[in-house]
Amino acid sequence: MKELTPTVGPPKRSCAIAIVGGGVMGLSIAYQLARRGLTDVVVLERGYLAQGASGRNGGGVRMQWSTELNVRLMQESFVLCRHFALEIGVNVWFRQGGYLFLATREAEREKMERNVALQNRVGVPTRMLSPEEARAIVPELDVSRVVCACYNPKDGVLFPWPFLWGYAHQALARGVEVHLFTEVSAIERSSGGFLLHTSKGPVKAERVVNAAGAWSPQIARLVGVELPDRPHRHEILSTEPLKPFLTPMVSVLSSGLYFSQSMRGEIVTGITVEDHDDDQVKMGSRLKFLTTLARELVRVMPRLADVKILRQWAGPYDVSPDGAPILGEPPGVPGFYLACGFGGHGFMMSPVIGELYAEWLTSGRRHQVFDESRLDRFSKVRPPGGNGHEELIIG
Amino acid sequence: MSSKAIVCRCEDVTLDDVEHTIAIGYRSVEEVKRYTGLGTGPCQGKECMVHAALLCARASGAPPETIAPFTSRPPVAAAPLRIFAAAEKDDDDQAQR
Ligand SMILES: Cc1cc2nc3c(=O)[nH]c(=O)nc-3n(C[C@H](O)[C@H](O)[C@H](O)COP(=O)(O)OP(=O)(O)OC[C@H]3O[C@@H](n4cnc5c(N)ncnc54)[C@H](O)[C@@H]3O)c2cc1C
Repeated sequence: MKELTPTVGPPKRSCAIAIVGGGVMGLSIAYQLARRGLTDVVVLERGYLAQGASGRNGGGVRMQWSTELNVRLMQESFVLCRHFALEIGVNVWFRQGGYLFLATREAEREKMERNVALQNRVGVPTRMLSPEEARAIVPELDVSRVVCACYNPKDGVLFPWPFLWGYAHQALARGVEVHLFTEVSAIERSSGGFLLHTSKGPVKAERVVNAAGAWSPQIARLVGVELPDRPHRHEILSTEPLKPFLTPMVSVLSSGLYFSQSMRGEIVTGITVEDHDDDQVKMGSRLKFLTTLARELVRVMPRLADVKILRQWAGPYDVSPDGAPILGEPPGVPGFYLACGFGGHGFMMSPVIGELYAEWLTSGRRHQVFDESRLDRFSKVRPPGGNGHEELIIG
Repeated sequence: MSSKAIVCRCEDVTLDDVEHTIAIGYRSVEEVKRYTGLGTGPCQGKECMVHAALLCARASGAPPETIAPFTSRPPVAAAPLRIFAAAEKDDDDQAQR
């Protein structure tokens, strides 16, 4: 991969598309636009690359979902992940060791069976396992609380940082401007589109993409749009490196615990801990996370009790009221595109969403996901128990 | 001139790696950490951070004392899961980035 310097100096005076937020979502869209020949694109990132959630996540990538749309989207993302190293020219340490979900309550079995059946129908080789079969895959597990499990050997993990460099350098190589340490502070609507005020000067854009993750409600407010997604702090930690021994990512449904072994040998692990969610983006680390995680992890994997924790950190992502993304143009602001609300799974979705967004913006062909992810769904009364609701959300 | 002198022993990051990263435009210690992996191993930057900061200072001509270190992460020293699993107090909330 040719490594390229992020754009120096002020942004160009005008461009076809300005992307606010240089996380994985914004960069994936920028790269895919450029690959299709639309290179008059400016990415505006307030901090350094990987400053937001995209530089702070666990790198889990899975096809096990509870809606057909999400399963199909992730099948496509997997194809893109598998080709990433060759196409982009950077090693993202993508490893398909599988995902093993553990159910500890009898009530979880039925849903699990339903999801596995759906995944099988769509072509994902997930299978139900008994607790003993789960232990055959991870012998260190204490399965005394486990009632059943499901396992897709094709799911995997990757290392997020090089993913960002890869997209950024490939976009730069095609003429896209990628501005770091460049904050967007105001957006004016004008006849030909938008005028964005940035800390490095103004830039006009015919169209704008809001890919600001946890900060996306703030960016939407600049054009008078209220988004219902809210920032959420999610914490994670990593241990000292160990010899490779753990093949799959393991997740306990009832607690939201997940852990995997990275290609660097560390155990990377997180768990759901409730937070006082308000409109603030928070990145502080809490002892409460550390203790909650340590208790549950040692319970599930007693052999890890003496493994040392090296560091814990936190990242912010935005969660929408129904857990599904918010995409497309909000009513009344044509030309302003949303790419937010992905919660704890935006990294794995970014390859396919970048591709589909770029296809829409360059050719007008609009994938089903954009129709299902419109902002105005939140202002409509929805029938209770609709079958489009994603249930398999971790984190 | 190329140098394989080691700056970060935990992650095998060389002087060349760091200088190259700075040369292509990633000039802060946070960026050097993310581009090279420096400081993410068992010592958590206790050995290498100062070198990285000095190299950043040298490249930009800024006085070393103006170079910000990367955010240090808890725990202060590596400690086994067992200790935290047994802990009773757990209600602090550190301000960090
Ligand atoms: C601890 C943790 C674990 C996770 N685990 C997984 C996982 O295993 N798998 C998975 O798929 N996902 C995971 N996620 C979620 C995933 O990281 C996010 O969904 C994804 O990174 C979102 O990407 P993004 O580009 O939308 O947001 P971000 O990466 O947050 O990017 C938004 C960017 O916008 C910038 N910005 C904000 N305001 C402005 C402004 N005014 N002007 C210019 N720029 C601005 C920010 O600096 C930021 O860089 C995890 C998240 C966390 C925190």
